[in-house]
Amino acid sequence: MKEKQKLLNKQIKSSISRRTFLKAFSGTIAGIGISQMFNPALVAALKKGLENHPVLWIQGQSCTGCSVSLLNSVNPDIKQILINIISLQFHPTLMTSEGETALKNLYKIAEEYKGKFSLVVEGAIPMASNGKYCICGELDHKEITMLDMTKDLGEKAGSVLAVGTCAAYGGIPAARGNETGAAGVNTVFKISGIKTPVVNIPGCPPHPDWIVGSLAHLLTIGLPEVDGNGRPILFFGENIHENCPYLEYFEKDIYSKKFTDKKGCRMELGCSGPDTSADCFKRKWNNNMNWCVENAICIGCVEPGFPDESSPFYQSK
Amino acid sequence: MIGIGCKPKAVPVIPVSTGKTIKVSIDPITRIEGHLKAEVKVQGGKVVDAKIYGGMFRGFENILKGRDPRDATQITQRICGVCPTAHATASSLALDDAFGITLTPNGRLTRNLILGANYLQSHILHFYHLAALDYVNGPDVAPFIPRYKKNDIRVDKEVNDVSVNDYLEALEIRRICHEMVSLLGGKMPHVQGIVVGGTTEIPSKEKLFAYSERFKTVRKFIEKKYLSLVYLLAEFYENLFICGSGYKNCISFGVFPLNSKGHTLLKSGAYTNGRDSKFTPSKIKEHVKHSFFADSTTGLNPKKGKTIPAPEKKTGYSFIKAPRYKDKPHETGPLARMWVTNPELSKTGQKTLGIKKMRDIGDAAFSILGRHIARAEETLLVAKAIEEWINQAEPGVETFVPGKVPESSEGLGLTEAPRGSLLHYVDIKNSVISNYQITSATIWNTSPRDDMGQRGPMEEALLGVPVPDPENPVNVGRLIRSFDP
Repeated sequence: MKEKQKLLNKQIKSSISRRTFLKAFSGTIAGIGISQMFNPALVAALKKGLENHPVLWIQGQSCTGCSVSLLNSVNPDIKQILINIISLQFHPTLMTSEGETALKNLYKIAEEYKGKFSLVVEGAIPMASNGKYCICGELDHKEITMLDMTKDLGEKAGSVLAVGTCAAYGGIPAARGNETGAAGVNTVFKISGIKTPVVNIPGCPPHPDWIVGSLAHLLTIGLPEVDGNGRPILFFGENIHENCPYLEYFEKDIYSKKFTDKKGCRMELGCSGPDTSADCFKRKWNNNMNWCVENAICIGCVEPGFPDESSPFYQSK
Repeated sequence: MIGIGCKPKAVPVIPVSTGKTIKVSIDPITRIEGHLKAEVKVQGGKVVDAKIYGGMFRGFENILKGRDPRDATQITQRICGVCPTAHATASSLALDDAFGITLTPNGRLTRNLILGANYLQSHILHFYHLAALDYVNGPDVAPFIPRYKKNDIRVDKEVNDVSVNDYLEALEIRRICHEMVSLLGGKMPHVQGIVVGGTTEIPSKEKLFAYSERFKTVRKFIEKKYLSLVYLLAEFYENLFICGSGYKNCISFGVFPLNSKGHTLLKSGAYTNGRDSKFTPSKIKEHVKHSFFADSTTGLNPKKGKTIPAPEKKTGYSFIKAPRYKDKPHETGPLARMWVTNPELSKTGQKTLGIKKMRDIGDAAFSILGRHIARAEETLLVAKAIEEWINQAEPGVETFVPGKVPESSEGLGLTEAPRGSLLHYVDIKNSVISNYQITSATIWNTSPRDDMGQRGPMEEALLGVPVPDPENPVNVGRLIRSFDP
């Protein structure tokens, strides 16, 4: 893994130092997005790194919510991302091409940029019934399952971003009661002996800054530092409850009794903040409009055990 | 300007030897939500038979079993990241019913404001970012290339440039719609704000103001840009008014409650074989003969519904069930809702088409372009209603009614997702979910053949669609995306 990272770091020559990068991405001001912090030099470096580093984005058992969240990126906005920052060569929801034209292009790029391209996986990968619960397309009259695609492309990729809790850990398709053998990328790689490094960017969906920030990190200085669950510490290093703006209510034993009562800690309503690590409390969502705990409760959507560990969501833990 | 019902202008046609049937397969169908394959048989340059394959199963209904019923509102949103608010609405309505809760007026209004903002988002995203690339060329970079070699783009450079600019602007507009959702819903995709009993956040003056400011930008875009572009493109693709009609059967469950008596902005109703009737949920049956589900579960009303996957079933070709109303396939979505409701069209629409109301469009409404026009007109209709709801919503007034999980109960939630009719049914025993059934919007349109052998609405609508060049079957994608699957 370390060697791979070195290789990646070497591949992409960048003028941005690790320190500058971290400074750019880990702002401490509440509610800050990549928006206010995005360094023009970083954008320039990204543009340069691009030519040799295409991104292929595939979808399995997904709801497309992660892609929609990416579209909500503020600065860089999605226009900049698509046209200037990422060379997004394959994306089922956005690309013009369809059918065999699309799939042929996917495999052609993967072959041409073997070991260099980044594979983004959105959605879980169903492993039961030989992968038949998710068909991604047809090539030479043969069905390609999400399982086939993840293995084929995963092996060729320089790095993999498992975007969203489904791709990272299985998520809702892998919850109790599932019949499709749904799993995250790491599980599939482990079973198939694939050694390509995987960065997990969980969240249901992930914040656009987490996706764009991790991609930018990868394209400029290589794999980001991750925690025990494979998530970038940059975004998932802090506990929600410990940093919650409503913590003082908790300390005074004042608890909200119903959703619309905002003068209290949300713990008795079922809030999973104490068991969840993510920077939502300061980054907030949708261009700083709101976030789950301000509106209701945290349901722990970035955690490997989501949803079963935090369900029932609305019962005091 | 547009000669509805008139003969279309000649379209460049590459001659195909008549008599010979060619099978054309498109897998994946892209720029949709989910996994879909189309297989059409082409004869004499036209589609003569079609099959739509749904390629993915997750099993939400079985994952919900045994859980706290209130979890359904969170879990079912993850069915669709483009319209999670519709699933949140349907599941909350089912739970409101099961819990015996009547919303406060402010609860109803804030739910409408959350769902409404996402309607605008979803329709704008669909037209510009999913469908428009069938009619204009994007920039010459990935992901806008590769394209079909001959992609039948008929607009001139000027219109193409305007469209691409609008494509980019629409990216920002749809993001702003999500900011509106988030203000009252917590975050988007997947809101915290819609729950059984109402919504979780009483709107403050500041938040309603922030919502309203964003709304003004969006509304202006819809009226000045979206509607105009749809009608402008229609001029270049006139022949797409006379293909893709399908069964011309429509169904709408009604959406956006205007009071507690069940009146809705977009009306509930059915239109079958040319006749209007009241919509009755008990007349829905889900067939599975050609779906990958156990045959023993076929023909059931969702209230009795079962979900037993059978991926190896020989007669199956799709993971989508085939819901039928009065045993007939029905189209759902903006066209169906606008047909059932029959409102006056926008000024742009009235002027361009020389007519007044939706049904004045006549048979041409049931077409590729008709569906895009219905969607754009509906977007403005919903926007106008949002304007009123903003004024009606009261800052600081309760939006939530607490309730207790019943020991035993059942509930039905009927609403409309942007892409079609949506039903959630919950059965509660021992205070947990014992059965949950979802008849989601897209399965009405994309369903396979039913037990009687009738094609699904999209399969039927593909018949007659011109495919002059089987190497570049652009009209197949155009037809499919006109339904916004």
